[in-house]
Amino acid sequence: MSEQTPPTLATAGSVPPDPASPTPLERGRSPEPAAGATQRPPSGLRRFLHGAAGRNIGLVIALLLVCVVGVATAGERFVSVDNLMTILRYAAVIGVLSIGMTFVITGGGIDLSVGSVLGLASIWASTLATQTMAGDIHWIVMVGTALAVGTGAGLVNGVLIAYGRVVAFIATLAMMVGARGLAEMIANRQTQLVTVDPFLDFFRADLLGISVLVWIFAVVAAAGWVLLNRTTFGRRTLAVGGNPEAARLAGIKVKRHTMYLYAIAGLTAGIAAVMMLARTTAGSSTHGQYYELEAIAAVVVGGTLLAGGRGTIVGTVFGVLIFATLANVFTQNNLSISAQAVARGVIIVAAVLLQQRLAARQRST
Amino acid sequence: MVNDVQNVPGSPGAQPGERPGAPILTMSGIVKHFPGAKALDGVDLEVLPGEVHCLLGQNGAGKSTLIKVLAGAHRPDSGTITWRGEPFEVTTPVAALRAGIATMYQELDVVDGLTVTENVDLGHELASAGFTQRRAARARTAELLARLGHAEIPPGREVGRLSAAGKQVVSMARALSHDARLIVMDEPSAVLDSEEVANLFRVVRDLTAAGVAVVYISHRLDEIREVGDRITVLKDGRTVATGLAVDQTPTADLIRLMTGRTVEHAFPERPGVPAAADRRLVVTDLSLRGVFEDVSMTVRAGEVVGLAGLVGSGRSEILETIYGARRATSGSVEVAGRRLRAGSVSAAVGAGIGLAPEERKSQGLLLDEPVYRNITLSTFGRFARGPMLDEQAERTAAREQITALDLRPHDPDRTARTLSGGNQQKAMLARWLVHGCDVLLLDEPTRGVDVGARAEIYGLIRALADRGAAVVVVSSEIEEVLGLSDEVLVISEGRVVHRCRAEQIDEHGVLDLVMEGSAA
Repeated sequence: MSEQTPPTLATAGSVPPDPASPTPLERGRSPEPAAGATQRPPSGLRRFLHGAAGRNIGLVIALLLVCVVGVATAGERFVSVDNLMTILRYAAVIGVLSIGMTFVITGGGIDLSVGSVLGLASIWASTLATQTMAGDIHWIVMVGTALAVGTGAGLVNGVLIAYGRVVAFIATLAMMVGARGLAEMIANRQTQLVTVDPFLDFFRADLLGISVLVWIFAVVAAAGWVLLNRTTFGRRTLAVGGNPEAARLAGIKVKRHTMYLYAIAGLTAGIAAVMMLARTTAGSSTHGQYYELEAIAAVVVGGTLLAGGRGTIVGTVFGVLIFATLANVFTQNNLSISAQAVARGVIIVAAVLLQQRLAARQRST
Repeated sequence: MVNDVQNVPGSPGAQPGERPGAPILTMSGIVKHFPGAKALDGVDLEVLPGEVHCLLGQNGAGKSTLIKVLAGAHRPDSGTITWRGEPFEVTTPVAALRAGIATMYQELDVVDGLTVTENVDLGHELASAGFTQRRAARARTAELLARLGHAEIPPGREVGRLSAAGKQVVSMARALSHDARLIVMDEPSAVLDSEEVANLFRVVRDLTAAGVAVVYISHRLDEIREVGDRITVLKDGRTVATGLAVDQTPTADLIRLMTGRTVEHAFPERPGVPAAADRRLVVTDLSLRGVFEDVSMTVRAGEVVGLAGLVGSGRSEILETIYGARRATSGSVEVAGRRLRAGSVSAAVGAGIGLAPEERKSQGLLLDEPVYRNITLSTFGRFARGPMLDEQAERTAAREQITALDLRPHDPDRTARTLSGGNQQKAMLARWLVHGCDVLLLDEPTRGVDVGARAEIYGLIRALADRGAAVVVVSSEIEEVLGLSDEVLVISEGRVVHRCRAEQIDEHGVLDLVMEGSAA
C-alpha cells in the first residue's frame, strides 16, 4: 500500500497476454518450464523440500527400507532379476488400478468398485462368445470388450455420483456388490480359460527383457502423470477436488468432470482386467477381490490427500511398489499372509499420520 | 430484552486479582514468527475490565495472529502476557477458555451438521454422568439467543440451515456461554446488517456494564466510534499507538496511523454513463421462487449498478441467479443481446460474466493452491496449448495482474491461504481481469478488507467500468453502494422497491425504503 495513485490495469482484460513476450519480471528466470518449485534461488532449498521431490523422499526411504529388509532376510533370492520382475509383474495390475484411483481421490471422490469391475470385465472379455469373435477377428476384441465394460461401469458410477447426487462411497459400494454379482451370473461361477493364443502370446511376452504387463503399467503411469500435472484436465481435477464450489463458480463444469474421473477409474479397471486375463490365463469372477482397498492404500500412502485437491502419481507408483515389495519379502521368507496384512496396516497408519502432520504444518502458515 | 446485568455470564463485581482500574490483560512485546514471515514483531496491548478495546490495523497488520495468540491457537515466540494481575501462559484454546478468554473468530467456526444448542455447548456440554442434559441445554441456549435479540432462532435448528448472519449469532452465543471475563470479537459485524449490528452493540454494552472486557476488531470506523472506548493500532506486526481514547482521536489520525498516509476521497469520481452506451446486461423479470421475484435491470457498458438491502433480502441470490449458479424459475438474462441458458454457470462465463462471490474462502478460492492458479482458474484452458497447460504463460499473466493490482506479496507461487482478505479479493478480481469480463458481479467486494485496501478496490471497480465493463455491486454497507454506483436498486424481501440515480438518495433514504418494505 505504498502508492497513492490508483493502480493501473496493465492488461486489457479481454486478451490473455502473449506468452511469447515475458514481462521484465520474467527476466533472469530459467526458461525451463518444468518443476517451477525449484527455480527461484531465495528459498530454493525449502521449496524443493516442500515440493514434489521432497515429499517423495520419505517414500524412497520407505521403499529402500523394505528392500534392505528383503536383502537381509532373503539375500540372493530377493535381489535376483527374476524376483524383481516378479515384484513388478505383481505391482503392475494394482498399479494400473491405483493410477485411476489417484484421479478419483484427487477429485474429491472414492471408488470402491474397481476390483469388482476388474472381475466383471475379465469375465465379459473371456466369455465363449467374446473369445470366439476374438478368435475369428483379432484378439483386440477381448481388449476392447474389457475396456468398454470397465469404462461403462465407471460411467454409471460417475452419472450416479455427479448427476444423481449419490454419495460416492455408496454409489461405488453398490457397483462393487452389483458388478461382482453380475460377473458370477455371466460366468455361472466358472473360471473361463483364455483360449485365444495370440492374446496370451502378446501380453505374456517380454519386451527388452521386461514383461509387457510392466510396460503397460509404465505407460499408464506416465500418461496419468502427464494428464494430472500437465493438462487442463489435471488442473480441473485439482480444482474440483480442492474446492468444488469455487471451481463451479469459476465456470468449470464440475459434474461433467466428476463423471469423467469415475470413467477413468473404470477404464483403468478394464486395462487391469486385460492384464489379469493375461497373467492368470483365465477370467474369473473372483479376480480383483480387495484390489480396490489395496489401490486406495497405495494412493494414500503415496501422499494423495484423501480429502481431495492434491494428488501425486509418482507417490502412487511408490506406494504400489512399497506394498508389492513388502508382499514379496514376506513370501520369500515364507511368512503368513496374515502377518503381511498386519504390516500393511501399520504402514497405512504411519503414512496417514505423517500426511496429517505435513498438512497441519502447511495450514499453520 | 434483559436489562438485568446479573444474568450476564461471568457475573460482575470484584473478582480476585482484579483491582479497579488495573488492566485485566496486558500483552507486551509479543513476537510470533511463521516460516518465511514475521507476523508479530513486538505487539503491546492493554485492556481494562469493562472496556471495549478496539484493535485497528490493515489486513496483514497482525490482528488475527494476535488474537490467535491470546486464544491459545498460536504460541508466541517471545513476549509476556499478564492476565488478571498474574503471568499467564496460554498453551491451548481450552486453557484460554478456562481462564475466561473467549474468542469469536472471523471465519465462522460453527459446525454445520449440529444444532444451534450443540454448537453453543460444543466442548462444554451440560451433562450428568456422561448423558447430555438436552432440555436444560436447550433452555440455556434459548436464553442466550434471546439476550442477543435473536429469540426467533430455534435452538434445535441445524446450523447449516442458518444464514451467515445467523451463524454469527450462534458463534456469539457460544462465546457468551463461557464464563468469560474477556471476549474477543474479530469483525463480528462483517456479516450483519445495520439492525443486527445495533443488536450486537446492545449486547456489547450489556457485557461491559457487567465488567466484561471486549476486544473489538472492525474495519468500520463508525462502529468503533459508536461502541469503542479505547483504540490500539497495529501496523506491520507492531503496535504503533495504544490506549487512544475513541472520542478524542480524529479519524484522519487513525487512518494515518494505520496506513502511514492520508486517505482523502475513498470513492472515485463517477464520470457518468453516456446514454448511447451499449446495454451489456439486461435482466428481465427474473424470479427465483420463494427468494426473489420480478427483478429487472439494465446495465450499460461503463455503468455500475448497486443493489442495496439488508442481509437476507435476496441480494446475493439475485447475483447468483444472474450468474446461473441458481436456476431462475422465470425471467431472462441477456448479455450483449444474447439470452443465457438458465442455471448454467459455464454459459454465463462463456458470455463474459464474472462473479466475485460473497464467501471468498469457501466459494472463490482454492486455498491450498498457488495464487497464480487461483487467478487463472477460469482461464487456464485458454493459455493451454491443446490439452497441455502452459503454466509459464499463466504465471506471466498472473504476475502482470499482481503488479497492476499491487497484490501483496508479489509472488504468484504463494499459497492463497496465506494472503490477507484484501489481497484475496484482489486475486478474485484479477481472475476476471485475466478472463476479460463484459459483466462483473461483485458480492460484498470489501468484506474483510481494510480501509486502505478498500479505496484501492473502489478504484479498481471504477477503472473496470470506465474501460467498458458493466458492473453490479452488492454490499451490506449502504454508503459503499451509494458511493460506487451510478444507479441504485433498493431490494427488500426479494423485490426491487425503488430504483434511482445514486446521487438522488442517501443512506437514510435507503434505510427508510428498506424498513417500509419490511413492514409491508
